[in-house]
Amino acid sequence: MNSTIASLTLRGMLGRRRAVLLFLLPAVLLGLSVVLAATGYDTLSTSTGVLHAFGIVVLLPLLALIVGTGVIGPEIDEGQIMYVLTKPISRASVVLTKFACAVGLVVVFAVVPVWAASAIMVGPESDVSWAFAVGALQGGVVYAAVFLALAVVSRNAVTIGLIYALVWESMIGGFVAGSRNLSIQSWALSSVDALTSATTVNIGSSATTGLILTAITVTAALTLAITKLRTLTLATAD
Amino acid sequence: MGVITVENVSRWYGNVVAVNGISMTIGPGVTGLLGPNGAGKSTLIHMMGGFLEPSAGALKIDGQDIWGHPEVYRHIGLVPERESAYDFLTGEQFILAMARLHKLPDPRGAARRAIGLVEMDYAAQRQIGTYSKGMKQRIKMASALVHDPAVLLLDEPFNGMDPRQRLQLMDLIRGMAEQGRTILFSSHILEEVERLATHIEVVVAGRHAASGDFREIRRLMTDRAHVFSLRSSDDRALAAAVIADGSATAVRVTDQGLEVEAGDFARFTRLLPRLAKESGVRLREVSPSDESLESVFSYLVEK
Repeated sequence: MNSTIASLTLRGMLGRRRAVLLFLLPAVLLGLSVVLAATGYDTLSTSTGVLHAFGIVVLLPLLALIVGTGVIGPEIDEGQIMYVLTKPISRASVVLTKFACAVGLVVVFAVVPVWAASAIMVGPESDVSWAFAVGALQGGVVYAAVFLALAVVSRNAVTIGLIYALVWESMIGGFVAGSRNLSIQSWALSSVDALTSATTVNIGSSATTGLILTAITVTAALTLAITKLRTLTLATAD
Repeated sequence: MGVITVENVSRWYGNVVAVNGISMTIGPGVTGLLGPNGAGKSTLIHMMGGFLEPSAGALKIDGQDIWGHPEVYRHIGLVPERESAYDFLTGEQFILAMARLHKLPDPRGAARRAIGLVEMDYAAQRQIGTYSKGMKQRIKMASALVHDPAVLLLDEPFNGMDPRQRLQLMDLIRGMAEQGRTILFSSHILEEVERLATHIEVVVAGRHAASGDFREIRRLMTDRAHVFSLRSSDDRALAAAVIADGSATAVRVTDQGLEVEAGDFARFTRLLPRLAKESGVRLREVSPSDESLESVFSYLVEK
């Protein structure tokens, strides 16, 4: 961990125009939950449906995509990463600092809003709120690691990430039961399912398997990012 | 000390060889790395800066391997070609962040000193995004100087600068060299290198083409066979006169006129009008046919 890199990263993230997106998505979720609570449509089934379908399926991957690629991608594209890499700092420390920043931003802009939305609809004391918060955190950590690695490996990280989140997780993961174990979303949801007694959340895949795959994926993604950063080739005219 | 040694270094990308078996030693003073665009200068500088692994060979600074050892950055300052710095920071915040990344004992003092060196104090409180090209180049220099490195690598530092900024930067680089630093800068413009560098390394098509001071390089570049295209009232008579005189190494008669390869540029250009007059031939056109920088460079490679 390096505090200077962290401060450069966070200033870069929050100072850019796309920072608006960071506020927009959680605002939609919170707005929706306020409306549902005010109009009395906040039944357990609708509430968990919103948290699942919007919170975990849409908000979490999109936010983690913006954040995970954003903490390192623009710096690589525009070349400022040179200023960090020409310092006596290990590449592992660079990647882990960036990852910590990404996780911090995911917590602020996805995990906390998911918990708050749940608290508005089903009440803060319900185990649903905590289950969704923990699930969002688990999913957010994996997404952040994977998208960060993707941003180091490819210039098209955002596109690839979107295809993964939209096509793979929503389409294939939804239709083919066997592919569920290959989706970050299902690992997060299996933890939610395991942590709440609410019967309206039923995923049917094992939380333990999800946790093991989470640990493996995060480690693999960060190792890949560190390795690739060691041999990072910046495009030049020559 | 600050001596960079390049030992038989090659670098290839897939099937493309960017740098081919280059060896050189770069010591204190200003060294110009000269070559046309695409010659492999940036690849070489990136390898010296530890950004790129050599496919073969080794690069060292004071005997220590550069690749895979981030601690060499205590002694190396690198100014990349691309302009972008952290535009949202002020000049001072940027240099201070660089000083902190180097874990210097007194980052504020070091930042102030580096900004003073490049004479950017007056704009230190402004955001880098508002700087002109020359100012950006200066603040990048400051970022590379903040830890007082023995070796400074500059990739095309004069690109896009106006003449005044160019002169200022040349003065700055000379001053750095007088303090005993090793400075290497790349350029594809001979005049730039000639004015600034005390030692020149020429790289063409990934190969080390020549090495020496600028007089030597100048001589190599002018003492070559020059090819001229001539058109005259009587090409055959002129060809005969040129051959008889012996100042040309080859003469060809083509549909468009004569092609003469002259061994001695100065002598041939003085001689030609006299030869034409003596043999009663009217010269219609004399044009050097290979004056592009690339052909000058490729001539050096063939040597």
